[in-house]
Amino acid sequence: MTITTISLPISIRDVTKTYGRTAALDNVSLEIASGEFITLLGPSGSGKTTLLMVLAGFIRPDSGEIRFGDREVTLVAPHKRDIGMVFQNYALFPHMTVAGNLAYPLKLRGVARAEVEARVARALDMVQLAGLGERQVDQLSGGQRQRVALARAIIFEPRILLMDEPLSALDKKLREQMQIEVRHLHQRLGMTTVYVTHDQREALTLSDRIAVINHGRFRQIDKPQDLYERPNNRFIAEFIGESHFLPVEVKGGVAHLGERVMRLAEPPRHQAAAQFLVLRPEKLKVIDAADAAELNVFPGQVKEFVYQGESSLLYVSLTDGQPIAIRQPAGSAHRAPPPGAPITLGLAPADTIIVPSEED
Amino acid sequence: MTAAVASTTRRNNPALGQAGRNAAELRAQERAEQWLLGGLALPALLLISIVALAPIVWLFWLSFRDADGMTLAHYVRLLHPSYLMTLASTFELSFLVTGICILLGYPLAYVIAQARPRIAAILLLLVLFPIWTSLLVRCYAWLVLLQRRGLINTWLSELGLIDGPLQLVHNFTGTTIGMVHIMLPFMVLPLYASMRAINPDYMRAAANLGASPVKAFWQIFVPLSLPGLAAGIVIVFVLCLGFYVTPALLGGGRVMMWSMQIERNVSYYGDWGAASALGVVLLVLTLGILWLLARAIGFDKLTGAR
Repeated sequence: MTITTISLPISIRDVTKTYGRTAALDNVSLEIASGEFITLLGPSGSGKTTLLMVLAGFIRPDSGEIRFGDREVTLVAPHKRDIGMVFQNYALFPHMTVAGNLAYPLKLRGVARAEVEARVARALDMVQLAGLGERQVDQLSGGQRQRVALARAIIFEPRILLMDEPLSALDKKLREQMQIEVRHLHQRLGMTTVYVTHDQREALTLSDRIAVINHGRFRQIDKPQDLYERPNNRFIAEFIGESHFLPVEVKGGVAHLGERVMRLAEPPRHQAAAQFLVLRPEKLKVIDAADAAELNVFPGQVKEFVYQGESSLLYVSLTDGQPIAIRQPAGSAHRAPPPGAPITLGLAPADTIIVPSEED
Repeated sequence: MTAAVASTTRRNNPALGQAGRNAAELRAQERAEQWLLGGLALPALLLISIVALAPIVWLFWLSFRDADGMTLAHYVRLLHPSYLMTLASTFELSFLVTGICILLGYPLAYVIAQARPRIAAILLLLVLFPIWTSLLVRCYAWLVLLQRRGLINTWLSELGLIDGPLQLVHNFTGTTIGMVHIMLPFMVLPLYASMRAINPDYMRAAANLGASPVKAFWQIFVPLSLPGLAAGIVIVFVLCLGFYVTPALLGGGRVMMWSMQIERNVSYYGDWGAASALGVVLLVLTLGILWLLARAIGFDKLTGAR
């Protein structure tokens, strides 16, 4: 495939959009590097789609500025922005064939007929749909439509690609396969990509950086691993991955869980007194009380054992009644401990994360 | 096929010997249920065949008979130039009214489809309102508005736009105006329905791919609204072909429609055979047009079944 793209950086500065009294976007700013794959991740109604629509030009912000490279586009009409977009429901034109859909943006740009045909064939090839050009859109499967939508969004070689939950309509297996394909496509073409999803795993799989958004504001913008391992606050830790939270008190850079001092790899980043200890089920270990020297120890009682195939979840009630869970790789070696049995859990200091509550 | 598979598996695998348990009873029950459901439609089918199909058969029968028995005389008579002219003017008026309804109805349906829900509801009500009013009342209202010393001529001459009164009624013009008014809702409603069904994302996608609003409208919106347009055309055109009241009232005898020839044959000459032949011709022509349109755009789109 020889589509070559020059990508452009995107600059979002102080963008605000309100509907009535609610701010869909509350003064957000974000610099996206040229060629970067960034995901806007948030629950529904968080403002992620609004921001994407602002980038596409379908929604005008109340204030703020959008730049593609050196070009200010805040007031530019959608059809003059020259950016690709994959819609959530694909929005493939039902009255055109697959090839007709792909050719449409090229014809609008006055590309010569022979060239259009060649590029349509190449694009079909790239998304592994060679030979399906004459099919009607409603003769395609969900996965095939997804590929056509993707091909249509990049066939005119835009420098920026927007994707609005493009995989949400696919079943799990196909979705995971398409995630890899989207990733490879981005690696090959290198266009700046803004991807919207509410699926945290998808965001972690695809992105160079993830911008977590809620109530119209960015809560954390980081690389996937940093986001997961070092969440900024309780909202992030709750939204990305599974966690249970225990209230801790921070005094002079030391975190106290009740009477006990937590062993930490580094002092808490925030100074607030009331914070939370993040307990990720897969970071906890079942230990003997004896070999707990280097670990934070949580004694408790087994509540319930849930077998989930590749792993199992063990619900534990700590001695003060707090419910937590621990995830262990499942195998025939693992027996379900009987409910009520005493159990001791350990957590390495490096995995002991202290976060402030949602509002920083 | 399924039964064959089941029986082979049973033979090859004795463990599955009970796979056929209750199969016969279950199948019998399912069949009984289907008959029951079909039976529920029976009264409706019966009613339709009595009130709709039987008269048509009767119509055919009558059209081939006169006092002496079977004859083609009624049809031969239709080749007379006066009938052919009536046929021509019926089609001319129907085409014209349908055309004007498209020109007026499409933009109107578009505005309603794009309006906010509350405004759309009010506009739709205004479109529907005429349908709820008596046809005769509306025709007489037009008569009042359009006549020589009617409202419109008075205004136009008071504004100094015309010297003498315009001949707006008792002619082709008046008939056209009245029929467009009556037919417009039948064009707007299917159009509105099909426009509302167009996902706004299609228009966004077109804009995103580089289509200006005008291009997006003609290349995406209009083609996607065609099923509604086709349905509207069929309804309006077919209704126009058989229309009687409005041309009779507003045409002032100068507009001769096919339906008026039917009426004349029955009430003036008491000739049921000739009237039936006219009816059969109209029916066949209407079905022919439907068939042509269905071939051109697909039957499912024509009926709006999709």
